[in-house]
Parts: sequence; C-alpha cells; structure tokens
Amino acid sequence: MQDVIVAPAPQAATPEPPRRRRPLSRTAEPYGFLAPTLALMFVLMIIPVVLVVGYSFMDNVILNATPELVGVDNFVTVLTDSVFLTATGNTLFFTVGSVAAHLVIGLCFAMLLNSPLIGNIPRAIFRALYILPWLFTAAVIAVLWRMLLAPNGVINYLLSTDVEWLASPALALGTVTFINIWAGYPFFMVSLLAGLQGVPAQLHEAATVDGASAWQRFWNVTIPQLRPIIISLTLLDLIWTSQQFALIWMTTGGGPVNVTEMLSTYTYKLAFSRYEFSLASTSAVLVLLMSMVLAFFYVRHQRAGD
Amino acid sequence: MSETRTTMERRRSRQRVGVVIGLVLGAIFAAAPVLWMLASSFKSNTEIFELPPRLITDGFSFDAYAAIFSDPEKVRFFVNSYVVSLSVTVLTLLVAIHAAYAFSRFDFAGKRPINMVIVSVQAVPPITLLIPYFGIVVALGLYNTYPGLILTYMVFTLPYAIVMMTGYLNTIPKELDEAVRMDGAGSMTALWRVLVPVSVPGIVSVGVYTFMIAWNEYLFALTLTRTQDMRTVPIGIQLLMGQHSYEWNELMAMSILGSIPVLVLFLFFQRYFISGLTSGSVKS
Repeated sequence: MQDVIVAPAPQAATPEPPRRRRPLSRTAEPYGFLAPTLALMFVLMIIPVVLVVGYSFMDNVILNATPELVGVDNFVTVLTDSVFLTATGNTLFFTVGSVAAHLVIGLCFAMLLNSPLIGNIPRAIFRALYILPWLFTAAVIAVLWRMLLAPNGVINYLLSTDVEWLASPALALGTVTFINIWAGYPFFMVSLLAGLQGVPAQLHEAATVDGASAWQRFWNVTIPQLRPIIISLTLLDLIWTSQQFALIWMTTGGGPVNVTEMLSTYTYKLAFSRYEFSLASTSAVLVLLMSMVLAFFYVRHQRAGD
Repeated sequence: MSETRTTMERRRSRQRVGVVIGLVLGAIFAAAPVLWMLASSFKSNTEIFELPPRLITDGFSFDAYAAIFSDPEKVRFFVNSYVVSLSVTVLTLLVAIHAAYAFSRFDFAGKRPINMVIVSVQAVPPITLLIPYFGIVVALGLYNTYPGLILTYMVFTLPYAIVMMTGYLNTIPKELDEAVRMDGAGSMTALWRVLVPVSVPGIVSVGVYTFMIAWNEYLFALTLTRTQDMRTVPIGIQLLMGQHSYEWNELMAMSILGSIPVLVLFLFFQRYFISGLTSGSVKS
C-alpha cells in the first residue's frame, strides 16, 4: 500500500507570500481539529456513561420525575437475581465457546489457505468463500439459520432428525453458540493468515534442518510467532462476543426459559420490556465493568507491543 | 535415492490430497448455508420446506424479489439504511481525518490522555449506552429521526476511524506536508491538498468499514426508531419475520438484497477491506 504514496509537487500549494510563524495559533490548532471529535465524544460517550452510573444508584429513573438515591440497593437486587446469574453463566459459555472455536477454526483455515501445496487462484477463491459468513449482518444470519435449523428444515433432513434446535432447552444454548461460531471465525482467519504470511520462511527451514516434525514446527515456530496476534484477537473477540445482542435476540430472544439469556438480552428486557430502567442501568454498569477489565488487558497488551 | 524421492513425492501428494479435502470441507461449512439462502430466495414459499430438499425447484422465479420491490414499505427500509449509512460514513470520515491529522502531526498538551480515551471507549458495550441514549435522544427531540441514528452510530465508528486514520497518516512522511506549510500555506491546505490525496487508500478502508458498521447496526436502530417508515434493513428483516406467517422466500430475498452493499464493497475493495479489518485492531 505504501507504494501508492507519490509525492505531489510542492508547488501545487497556492503561491502566497510566506506568512509569519505564529506559535500561539499553532499550539491551539490541534484542538481546533479535534473539537468536533471531543464534542461528540463528550455528549455521546462521557455524559451517557456518567448518566448510566448515576441511574444505577437511583430508584426508577426516566419514568419517575424525581428519582431518589437508593445507594447500592439496585446492585443487591440484580446480583441476587437468579436470572442475572443464569445470564452471566450463559454469556460465559457462549463467549468462551465462541472465541475458542473462532481461534481453532480461524487458525485451521488460515493454515490451509497458507499451504504451499495449492495455487494462487484456488487460494483466492477459497479465501473469498471462507470470508463469506463475515459479510452478513446478524439479522440475516439469524433468519438464515432459523430456516436451516427449522424442525422440517434441511439440517434435520440431512441428519435424519427432527430436533427443535433453537426451541429445545437442552440444545438452544449450544445452537446459538454454533451459529455465532459460524458467523465470527473469518475475523480470526483473515488476521491469522496475514500473520502466517509474516512468519519468516527461514525459521521453518532451520527447524526442518534440525529435524523438527511438522507438528513440532507448528508448536515451536508458528504458534510463538503468532502469539501477539492471537492474544490481541482473543481479547477483542472476548469483548465483542460478550456484548452480542442482535443474534440472540433474533434467534431465541433469550429463551426457552432463559437458557440462552445473555447479559445483553437480560439488560434489554429489564429496560424495554419491564421498564425497570434503574435495574437495567445497574446491569449495564456491571456489563461495562466486565468489558473494562478485558479492555484493560487489551490496551496493556497493545502497549507492550509498542 | 530414487526410492526416497518417490516416497517423498508420494508423501507430498498425500499431503496435497489432505489439504484439498480440508479446503473443500471448510468451503462447505462456510458457503453452503449462503448458497441455500440464495437458492431459497428463488423458490416459492411452499417449496422452502419440501422434502426431499432441492437446491433448484420447479417454482424457480424472481417473485420474492419482485414482491419486495413493489412494496414501498420494504423499499423504504433500504432507503433508510442507505441514507443513514452513507451519512455516517461521510461525517465520520470528515471528523476522523481532522482528528487524525491533529494526532499525527501535532504535539499538544493532553494528547496522550485524549488518545487513551478514544482507544478505550471502543470497549464500552452498546447495551451500556442504550439506556442513557434513549433518554438523551428523546430529550433532544431526535427519537425516530435520521439525525438521532446518525449521531448515535458515529460514537461507534469514530474511535475506530480515528485510530486507523492516525495510523495511516503516520506512514506518510512528515516532510511532505511540512514542505507545503513552510511555503506559507495553512494547515488546512496542507491537509486537504497534500495529505488527503495521498491517503486515499487509507480513507477507503476506513470508509468501507464505517459503512459496514452502520449498515449492520441493530440494537440502536431497534430502540431509537418507532415507526415503520424509519426502520432500517436489519429491523425490516426482523419485522418481516414476525409480521406475516413466515414468507421465507421473501425473507431470503430481503436478506440477499440487504447483504448486497457489503458484498459489493468487499468485491471491489477486498484489499482495503482486509487491511482495514486487520490493521485497526491488530498490530503485527
């Protein structure tokens, strides 16, 4: 991409008489460039976060004109709600299951695509096919899999079963996790493929000369080289997957009987089905805290890479 | 000698067979559901669940697509999605280019903390912002309007766009715009006459990614709009699912139509797409 940088002739600038340097305005200038960003971030990020934290310590806000401080009552209510605990467990299962599978499938596909045994054209075709699931929005993925997984749908036909994949309490959580795995692995695959292409060939050659088997080369050369990318991707995916809402909402809506309830759907229902905006804010703050912990590790990891 | 060569060749061809089998199985996993979606959009609704399932049926037609295009209510979903996504893309790019210019070319008090905030807000969960947004958007009179959605989406697209744009500008030699400024031109001239034209690849990847985030957004579109004429495509698909007794072929046709913008962007800007995907989040 760098080769695109062709310097335009400096004389393209208007030949004005040189102005005096004004150090004062120069120091103020970057703030001018940042002003729209800062204004938007303040109104749409800082204020809402302050508000939601405030809401979580009050009795019912938004609907109540004069909300009162209730201390940590809301936190006690939410943290002892069995549905919240179920939702936390489900979110953990869904997130860890998805991320682990994204990593494994993404790495397998990336290594297949990186194989020297296939030509460039098949490689490009397969890569495009493998990226496909990533190009569809959650609403499309939800309706597509609802059709495929319907009791009289094509998957039950192929398996000779008639299972209600998304409506069975025993299977629903595993099923939505599977759908999310299908939808999300390409992000890992694309990034890991770029990483694999960056592993110096000499390292593999040296290891081969030393008599390392393919398996040993994988664990002792490939994985250590990919380690920083794998850690970044895993942390990012943990953050994103734990926040997943749309896919769950449109496949199971959290049901049947809460078996696929996630922290996101739980929070949403508290606010917009039960109009318990304070409790929803409390739950939202807890979700924020969890994301912040993950984000802390992500930023620290990125820093270490600098 | 020749014996070892043939065993090596045999091993190589065995490996190749293994790789090809792996690739084909992977392709079935990735693409078969998509193929089924496409095929189903050409079926009649009664053929969707016929047994045994067939990819192409006797009722093959474009009726489902025609049904969508002839329904102004459904066309409106697409219009809304285009208006919102294109506005978000243009505005995000404008704001992000200036912010990135400040980060890339200037030193100023507060640079590090501001940068830290912009990087870390990317991890704030949408669901956390949803409740206060609902209040704010209603209070500002932006509930169920385009500006309400556009402003909301920018808070998710901007941090990413700024981080990525800054990274791109950092790859461009400072001498380039310094030279113009030395000649007496202002910073704005240096930015728009020199930096922006050479940053087109970076701007395209940020733009493509921004468009995609806006086009796919669901949670805020669901909560911050109310009337049918303000709904975007993802919500439209969901409404179609609940409204009638499952017009599956229309659902699939709508899904295909709703995916076309992203598919087309991917087709034309594949390289930028992938670099945008990887460089924004992952350093190698």
